[in-house]
Amino acid sequence: MELKKINDYTWEIPKEGMMRVPAIIYASEKLLDTVKKDQTLQQAKNVACLPGIQRYSYVMPDGHQGYGFPIGGVAAFDLDEGIISPGGVGYDINCGVRLLRTNYREKEIIAKRRELLAEIFKEVPAGVGKGGITKLSRNVLLEILVKGAEWAVENGYGTKEDLMLTEENGRMKDADPSYLSSRALERGIPQLGTLGSGNHFLEIQKVEKIYNREIAKVFGIDEEGQILVMIHCGSRGLGHQVATDFIELMENKIGHKGLPDRELINAPIKSPLGQQYYKSMCAAVNYAFANRQMIAHWVRDVFAKVLGSSVGMRQIYDVCHNVAKIEKHKIDGKEKLVCIHRKGATRSFGPGRPEIPEIYRPYGQPVIIPGSMGTASYILVGTKEAEELSFSSTAHGAGRVMSRNEALRRFRGEQIRDQLLAKGIELQSTSLKGVAEEASAAYKDVDEVVRTSHEVGIGRLVAKVVPVGVMKG
Amino acid sequence: MMIKKRALKNPPFQYLDHPADAKFQAFGETFEEAFAHAALAVVSLMWEPEKIIKRQRRTVLVQGKDLEQLLFKFLSEILYLYEAKGFLLASARDLKIIKHENGYSLEAVLEGDNLSSNYTIFGEVKAITYHDMIIRKNDEVLIQVVVDM
Repeated sequence: MELKKINDYTWEIPKEGMMRVPAIIYASEKLLDTVKKDQTLQQAKNVACLPGIQRYSYVMPDGHQGYGFPIGGVAAFDLDEGIISPGGVGYDINCGVRLLRTNYREKEIIAKRRELLAEIFKEVPAGVGKGGITKLSRNVLLEILVKGAEWAVENGYGTKEDLMLTEENGRMKDADPSYLSSRALERGIPQLGTLGSGNHFLEIQKVEKIYNREIAKVFGIDEEGQILVMIHCGSRGLGHQVATDFIELMENKIGHKGLPDRELINAPIKSPLGQQYYKSMCAAVNYAFANRQMIAHWVRDVFAKVLGSSVGMRQIYDVCHNVAKIEKHKIDGKEKLVCIHRKGATRSFGPGRPEIPEIYRPYGQPVIIPGSMGTASYILVGTKEAEELSFSSTAHGAGRVMSRNEALRRFRGEQIRDQLLAKGIELQSTSLKGVAEEASAAYKDVDEVVRTSHEVGIGRLVAKVVPVGVMKG
Repeated sequence: MMIKKRALKNPPFQYLDHPADAKFQAFGETFEEAFAHAALAVVSLMWEPEKIIKRQRRTVLVQGKDLEQLLFKFLSEILYLYEAKGFLLASARDLKIIKHENGYSLEAVLEGDNLSSNYTIFGEVKAITYHDMIIRKNDEVLIQVVVDM
């Protein structure tokens, strides 16, 4: 496969065969070496073959092999000619990250971090939801699917300010839960307000380094040593079932003939089925927003209980990592609405975009990039250039390089727990096997990923944070 | 393994390396046996099926327009039963796959137990995918599946 170097961080796969547009990969030489070893590049080419794709099929700096779309894949589709693909959003619809600031400094919590973590572990369920919530009626669930985090705030979880500081204000207005199967609803009820396991986690972090003090200050990050809380989870079984259901519906109605990968099954955006998927996906997005809203509320409660106060625990932002959105972008010099698929990518709107909260609008949107378990995470800011470069998108994490299988062969959970502890990081987990699977050595170097984002200009560095306590579901 | 050991050339199932998710191959003398082994491969990513007491029985019936869709729906059903009903699969038996004019149907008896604190859950399979899916019959049946984790 031909790979043309555009500059030190940009590579192009020229149009060939069935590709409707070229593909662009943002990677340093080092990242590119790992990308070449799996199917990422082929998957980027496959996406470039889909009807109505605009400009390029993009791969973000953390790109790696997925199923159908690569993880880190970004593609925009024309609303008349284009498609929408459940595989291009992913099963974990609105898997995302919420970040809270605190007024606490490391020295104020360090003696109590074990207690904090133990309480969080008690208050925030990993698998099945808390008693009471798990007995939600179907009608309440339907309301949550329409209102998202708004429902949570109306019911005492958090504040209206949280909503303003959430992508889409915590509610995608196009949601219509009437297209969800009863199986999706049944999977959603017992899991509301749960973290999930796998790569999902909740971290108590401290600010290690600030790269841009002015913007950090606007985001609520004052100085090194300040404590933050990061929540990484998604729409749980409800979202997984929505994707599974619509893949089947699209297969039965449209079929997968001619697709380079059956997982790329799709429907025209304008078709009834395309619209039903989009509206159902929005409902699953809302479920995930409500989920993170509830978890954030419990975290504040724990801080108040253990440390005496949760004053100043303002939300910095909440971003989606797996989503399709209708956004306005400039294409061939003309502004137009397109359907952007971000499959393991973060929106990174620059200054001035009306979609971002007013307090951030002069600066750009906070971009939250979690590292792997126990490693650094980063806060970046969206850029104006990203509109031209990546439809306002950047990386979403470290990106795996090693299979879970190999991680299990190489690492033991106990050993990783002890190593983290030696670095001053407390760990609470439901399973040590899960800890071994998520070993940070199974991931790319997140430092290299964010450096690449910064150099390309699709998301610029603001601050680096490191964990002091990790809850892994 | 609870599965009857026969003179298969391969183990009932084995995991392959996949950077992001989990990939496995399951084998059987028949499609039915390979499908049952595939079910074990999926749940073995979340719990140890040989440790689940066979206290509950559920009959499932799924239909697919081809064998791939049949497998996708059968394995998705197991995830649904776990998350919505708290059912932990120990084994799938009495599988019957029938070819119809417009596709296939599968009937199976699932044995297992209800989720409780007696059992350790160590992973989460989010969904079954079609990516790199293979169902092939030569001298024995080979199934390959990538699941989203």
